[in-house]
Amino acid sequence: MSAAAPALVRRVPRGPLRPARDALAVAGRNLIAYRRVPQLLVFSTIQPVIFVLLFRYVFGGAVRSLPGVPYVDFLIPGIFVQTTVFGAIGTAVGLATDLKSGLLERFRSLPMARSAVLAGRTLADLARNVFVATLMAVVGFAVGFRVHTGALAFLFAMVLVLLFGYSLSWVFATVGLAVGDPETAQAAAFPVMAPLVFASSAFVPVSSMPGWLQPFANHQPVSVTASAVRALVIGGPTTADVLQALAWCTAILLVFVPVAVRRYRRTV
Amino acid sequence: MSDTAILVEGLAKRFGDVVALDGIDFQVPAGTVFGLLGPNGAGKTTAIRILTTILRPDGGRAEVLGLDVVGQAEEVRYRIGLAGQYAAVDPNLTGRENLRLTGRLAQLPAADAHARADELLGRFELTDAADRPARTYSGGMRRRLDVAAALVQRPQVVFLDEPTTGLDIHSRNALWEMIRELVADGTTVLLTTQYLEEADRLAHRIAVVDGGRVIANDTPAALKSQLGSTVIELRMGEAARALEAGDLLAERLRARPERDGATVRLSSGDGARLLIDVLRLLDDHQLAPATLAVREPSMDDVFLALTGHRAEGAAAEGAHRAGRGPGRRGGP
Repeated sequence: MSAAAPALVRRVPRGPLRPARDALAVAGRNLIAYRRVPQLLVFSTIQPVIFVLLFRYVFGGAVRSLPGVPYVDFLIPGIFVQTTVFGAIGTAVGLATDLKSGLLERFRSLPMARSAVLAGRTLADLARNVFVATLMAVVGFAVGFRVHTGALAFLFAMVLVLLFGYSLSWVFATVGLAVGDPETAQAAAFPVMAPLVFASSAFVPVSSMPGWLQPFANHQPVSVTASAVRALVIGGPTTADVLQALAWCTAILLVFVPVAVRRYRRTV
Repeated sequence: MSDTAILVEGLAKRFGDVVALDGIDFQVPAGTVFGLLGPNGAGKTTAIRILTTILRPDGGRAEVLGLDVVGQAEEVRYRIGLAGQYAAVDPNLTGRENLRLTGRLAQLPAADAHARADELLGRFELTDAADRPARTYSGGMRRRLDVAAALVQRPQVVFLDEPTTGLDIHSRNALWEMIRELVADGTTVLLTTQYLEEADRLAHRIAVVDGGRVIANDTPAALKSQLGSTVIELRMGEAARALEAGDLLAERLRARPERDGATVRLSSGDGARLLIDVLRLLDDHQLAPATLAVREPSMDDVFLALTGHRAEGAAAEGAHRAGRGPGRRGGP
């Protein structure tokens, strides 16, 4: 090339750390949005708080909880799980927004790790879930929720909730990339989410549902995770519930990480 | 390294039943500006997306700086900059953060990314707005930020997809100036545009694209000499008078008038002379036009001259589009 060729540019050496570095850069960028547009965070916290108050003080009296368990102790583990499901919609909306704005196109023309956009997005959503789950725990304790087991079991329960939220992020990442438009993503996410959240043991015991619905409601991931969280904080046999919940998270990740990645490679 | 910055051979791409690129060829010498001129849907954006490694072609091949855009995509990405059709900046990040992020993702060391961001903010007159979220920027500022982001890694080849669409005249001129400076520094620029004037002002060479094919590839001067530098439009008020005027002009002047409803259109390399002759002749025959316009040839005129038909959909966008469409861009 001619002498006028642009000066050489210093680069970070290519190495095994690049995917992590790029994912963190993208995650940092996504987290800034929560700081700049606090509405994003406020809406994803106000709604679960309203659910807590609604079920605790309005519907709660009419719900027959499990024998010997105060309804509030039944409810709050369900709320933890439900909150992460609703929160995962943010993953779909965020990716659809980036897709529509042309930002993903720019990213794909850059020498960055191909995995960074999805890894960064889901990582940022995990960080958001840590914040929201902490807040929900505080709200839960304020309305009378008590852990009957111990701090360690409670911590493990929260990790399980976050893991479940993380695996759901990959489901909704796929949805967001597939529809490519934030409003549509929001609309498309609801029918996926509604049966999972409402036909589950998140708010009411499955035994109160009609017989035909019970097999689904008993075994679908939201119920299973809620049961595992309940077992961990209320006490009693926990192993089977926790293993089932971990199995669901693993299965969802095994299916949806490759699906989302393939979708990302083919989209834009 | 070769002196050909971009090499495109038989490039083809289809989206389902829609043929976006039907085998295009062109070459861009290093350090020059190459314009892809064509209406919406001609395949310009598809070509850019293949050259910037975003899309894989279905057929043919393309090289940037001698590197294959499919087989050596990663190497290509280290050497190019892209400003796509929409200002692809994160509205929640400040201008400075946007450029730093792009720098980091282009694998610049943090200190270099920061320094480069500051330098580009100054160069694009964004220093005062550098620490405001980009969503508070005007359309022109956003676009400048977007082009700045394309330059963060000092690319050797820059792709600009309709860079001035939606810009006011001041911003447009500033961007044109910036492109000239880039090229003076040895950068190669490929830009797409719907406006002949833009291609004419900036590009050393222009490929006219229509329906996924290159229908002309020449210097702006040669293209313009093919169709004359001035277009005269006579609006006769009614079709019958236009027909009469057209016949008269065709018969008496060495011009090839084209009639479109009540409008007669002529083009010439010597617009002033032609205008005088036309008006004198029409006046002598009591065929004075209701209104008339004298203008530079538009892309539509180029198309007409090259293909004998008007660019599809061109009527709807005779003027600069007001803004960048909000919808996600479709494939073709």
